[in-house]
Amino acid sequence: MSPSIHTGAAAIAAKGWLSAHKWLILRRLSQFGFMSLFMAGPLAGIWFVKGNLNSSLTLDTLPLTDPLILLQTFLAGHAVADTALLGAGIVAVFYALVGGRTYCAFVCPMNLVTDAARWLSKRLNLPKGWQPNRNLRLWVLGAVLLSAALSGALAWEYLNPVAALHRGLIFGMGYTWTLVLAVFLFDLFVSRRGWCGHLCPTGAFYGLVGSFSPLRVSAKHREACNDCMDCFAVCPEPHVISPALRGTAPDGGPMIRSRDCTNCGRCIDVCAENVFAFDVRYLKAKIVTPVSPLAGTGH
Amino acid sequence: MSTINREQAAIPRRRVLSAAAGTACGVGTFALMTTLFAGQARSLPVTALRPPGARPEAEFLSACIRCGLCVRDCPYPTLDLARFGEEVPLGTPYFVARDVPCEMCEDIPCVKACPTGALDPELTNIDDARMGLAVITDQETCLNYQGLRCDVCYRVCPSMGKAITLDRRHNARTQKHAIFIPTVHSDACTGCGKCERACVLEKAAIRVLPRHVVKGQIGDHYRLGWVEKEKKGKALIDGIVDLPDRLPGGAP
Repeated sequence: MSPSIHTGAAAIAAKGWLSAHKWLILRRLSQFGFMSLFMAGPLAGIWFVKGNLNSSLTLDTLPLTDPLILLQTFLAGHAVADTALLGAGIVAVFYALVGGRTYCAFVCPMNLVTDAARWLSKRLNLPKGWQPNRNLRLWVLGAVLLSAALSGALAWEYLNPVAALHRGLIFGMGYTWTLVLAVFLFDLFVSRRGWCGHLCPTGAFYGLVGSFSPLRVSAKHREACNDCMDCFAVCPEPHVISPALRGTAPDGGPMIRSRDCTNCGRCIDVCAENVFAFDVRYLKAKIVTPVSPLAGTGH
Repeated sequence: MSTINREQAAIPRRRVLSAAAGTACGVGTFALMTTLFAGQARSLPVTALRPPGARPEAEFLSACIRCGLCVRDCPYPTLDLARFGEEVPLGTPYFVARDVPCEMCEDIPCVKACPTGALDPELTNIDDARMGLAVITDQETCLNYQGLRCDVCYRVCPSMGKAITLDRRHNARTQKHAIFIPTVHSDACTGCGKCERACVLEKAAIRVLPRHVVKGQIGDHYRLGWVEKEKKGKALIDGIVDLPDRLPGGAP
């Protein structure tokens, strides 16, 4: 790949701009859509949803709770959980089905911040910086749970920039912007894709929740791959692609099986050869591979 | 997963071990720092009061998930979530009595909204709420203590005549008037903060503070003779001689 060629240029040429940005647009719509639902109440008095991503009540009936924060309350010694338990169950089952880190790509407001940092670092041609082991986030998650148990309080929530950002947008920011700025600068100058890709315990937790999720991106037409590397260039977790695309996964299959994949679908967008598409994992054996590539048809 | 194992197998054991040790140290330090930070940030400023039904502070901080549903269901602008940089633990609900007190809704919507029970659902009668305790913090400025008839704290109290009473004393300055001392009774005060809000002074002379800050405690061994006597229904020791009381000025 020549560095002068814009990533995804081939896909735009082959499929048109809209098809080459389909999932990115859908993802932004989803992110802003969720934010609008939460903010319509405080800003316009339209209360579809009350609360925030830690726990919310939709249309005064559907309780949804972040299972990670509930887990922290258990470890901190609070066993009674009432509706939060039901809400956390619903959320856990949902993300276990659609892919845990789908939360990161389609819901989490911090993704907009870190994507902005990545966009800028690309513009400024900044180096990758510190790239620790991808499993470091699991250790951070472990530390978060440990600190809840040690302190008997939700210790991480005194700092958690992800929860603070979402809560800040809805309930008032205060100095929360400093936390958000810290994440942005960390991603920009210290570690490329460092927060979401290496550290964030929320992402690590949702990744674990979706370890066996059926909804996956599949390199189902990998034989068409022309090694342009565009998918690796746009992927926030590029290590997830190789096993599927090069057939080095244990089963040799084309399904992206890593729990780190955020199902953001950018690889589908930027592939001019339509190698990637969303697929369902466990049905694979029964389904006859469709003849025509489905991805990028624009519907 | 097994690809990772294969990769790891290629790395010399020494490097794996030192990396593991480094990670463990980093994670341990992070956990410890977070824990200590939480401990430090746990103390609540005395002006911040928790919503009705809030469990004791330490327990509350293990149970509250910072979702703000109590804030949303509060029909008044009483509750707010603490923002980053404020003294109250980040994201937890509180109110400041002098700004907006609790209006003591009979259906207690904030407690009903709480998804974790950090606000105890057992609280069904708002009069049983114990958000704090009112106390006259400054007798030197309280108008009633000066012999004036302000009485505002007494009048606005939702449990008027129970949580705050006006106790009549002699006014030694004028020698002919009464002083009506506002007296808070901890068995009835909910800590709603309406008295502090309503205090007419520039700075309130009555404040609602966390109960543990205000309440004294008699030593376990201590017995009040007249209480014990009442319990027993007669004198504690038989045949005790009741000597005449000596009054000042040699009065009979």
